[in-house]
Amino acid sequence: MLKTKEVEFNYDNQMFFKFQNIDLNSNENLLIIGESGVGKTTLMHLLAGLLKSNSGSIKLFDKELNQMSSYQLDSFRKNNIGIVFQRPHFVNSLTVKENLQLAQYIANKNDNTRIESILKNLNIFEKSNKKTNQLSQGEKQRVSIALAIVNSPKLILADEPTSSLDDNNCSKVIKLLKKQATDFGAQLIVITHDSRLKKHFKKSIEL
Amino acid sequence: MNIFKLSIKNIFNKPLSSSISLALLVLGVGIISLLLQLNTLIKDQMDNNLRGIDMVVGAKGSPLQLILSSVYHIDSPTGNISLAEAETISNNRMVGSSIKILYGDNYKGFRIVGAEKKFIELYKGVIKEGKDWDNPYEVLVGSKVYEKLKINLGDELISSHGLRETGQSHDEGTFKVVGLLKPSNSVIDQLIITSPQSVWDIHETHDHDEHEHEHEHDNREITAMLIKFKSPMNIIQFPRQINENTNLQAAVPSYEISRLFKLFGFGIETLSYLAYLIIIVSGFSLFINLFNSMRERKYEMALIRTLGASRFQLSTMIIFESLVLTISGFILGLLFSRFGVMFVSSLMEESINYNLNSLKILNEEYWLLGLSVLIGVVSSLIPAIQVYKMNISKILADA
Repeated sequence: MLKTKEVEFNYDNQMFFKFQNIDLNSNENLLIIGESGVGKTTLMHLLAGLLKSNSGSIKLFDKELNQMSSYQLDSFRKNNIGIVFQRPHFVNSLTVKENLQLAQYIANKNDNTRIESILKNLNIFEKSNKKTNQLSQGEKQRVSIALAIVNSPKLILADEPTSSLDDNNCSKVIKLLKKQATDFGAQLIVITHDSRLKKHFKKSIEL
Repeated sequence: MNIFKLSIKNIFNKPLSSSISLALLVLGVGIISLLLQLNTLIKDQMDNNLRGIDMVVGAKGSPLQLILSSVYHIDSPTGNISLAEAETISNNRMVGSSIKILYGDNYKGFRIVGAEKKFIELYKGVIKEGKDWDNPYEVLVGSKVYEKLKINLGDELISSHGLRETGQSHDEGTFKVVGLLKPSNSVIDQLIITSPQSVWDIHETHDHDEHEHEHEHDNREITAMLIKFKSPMNIIQFPRQINENTNLQAAVPSYEISRLFKLFGFGIETLSYLAYLIIIVSGFSLFINLFNSMRERKYEMALIRTLGASRFQLSTMIIFESLVLTISGFILGLLFSRFGVMFVSSLMEESINYNLNSLKILNEEYWLLGLSVLIGVVSSLIPAIQVYKMNISKILADA
């Protein structure tokens, strides 16, 4: 499903990253763990097609990301990948439901029953018509998970989803992510420095 | 949900800064459109009353005053001229037709004009009720006069001397209303029209009681004569001949009116430069708003990109936001100017009895629409380009 080989990246010739090879099969989840400054976010952006590597190859769902144009990457991303950010971001002028509708619109979809079922599944259905800045931190995180899965991606990428949470909430969130991935038939890759997550994943690599 | 809806939601999410740019644009567009409307309406009104009059002959004085008094009936006449002299001119072979008009009296501020019947035909006046005058002291009343003063057929009007209400009243000057005219959207709407003989009679008995009967004919005077030429070519030569060779003054209305428009055109021009300046400032304010909100919303933009929107879609959203504001500014500006026109025309109707009510969209206003769209595109161009070139990875990594 995911195969990377000799991936290298440097920012303006100053920071240089060389990533180890990854080989992930279908229906496997992956934990990528590493200290700060080893290029975790860079790797996630490379996998999401937000950055292009300087050399090497990233093969995702049998497509070579390094050979796609920026337009093709946008289109690939909206059809295949959902991203959960470390800090949730939303379109602030829109309500929870409208944020999800916007995500669907971008992917040329329109399915309100799916939005409802996702929000119910995440226990935030009653917040549908709230603006996103009226939500609590926990609700925000769940809405950002909803945004990542609304277009039925095959892969969910999560960047430090638990770093600011206590142990109790940490395990709640990771269980929620795994459950959502299973419920909606997606694979999950979590990138983090949070070693508490190790016990939740069968497969993990250390950067 | 779509990009267009999102643009509108974004505008309403920042009501304060959006409404400042909007207000500036409404003000700029509104002022220009108001000036255009008033200019056109006044010009139309002036031209409408000018039809069929190539030249006006009257007493020496200001040519503009002669035109304003005898064509538009809004200034005092320059004086009177003798009927005999006027007739010499009207018999000239270059003259196609001529209409003699006389002033003398008013009824509650509305002028009573002694005129030949051709005068009513000139303005396509139609009698609504009653009949034409047959005898002296019978009058036809224009639509605004009877509406305002509630005059009915058969009423008797006691006139005052002069053209203002305060003039001394004639005991003898009692006119009988025999006809009411339909509204014609021209000067006759605000006139009371009678035969020249009535005006002569009233002033004959009043001013020249002691004169002997046989002199009466020679002494008769008129105020002005409206002339149409046989050939338009005569307009160059004939007025000059009259001005140089006789005691009379000849003035060409189209020339005088364009002179008048040049005079107050200067004021209009200055004001419209000011309004264009306001529009440009509104463009800047729009630019600053978009630029700031784009910086505030960079995570939002990055999110939308990661959801799979293309650079192009995101730039389109920014341009949309700007265009929605400028186009609604344009529409509100037009509404503003229409209310302005109604207000001004209600003021003018009070003072000079003119009515300016037509609210069609002028060609120049389509130019204003073009200008608004241009301002919308130009002010959003830099923010849109920045969004286009945005490095989403870097923004998200900084978070």
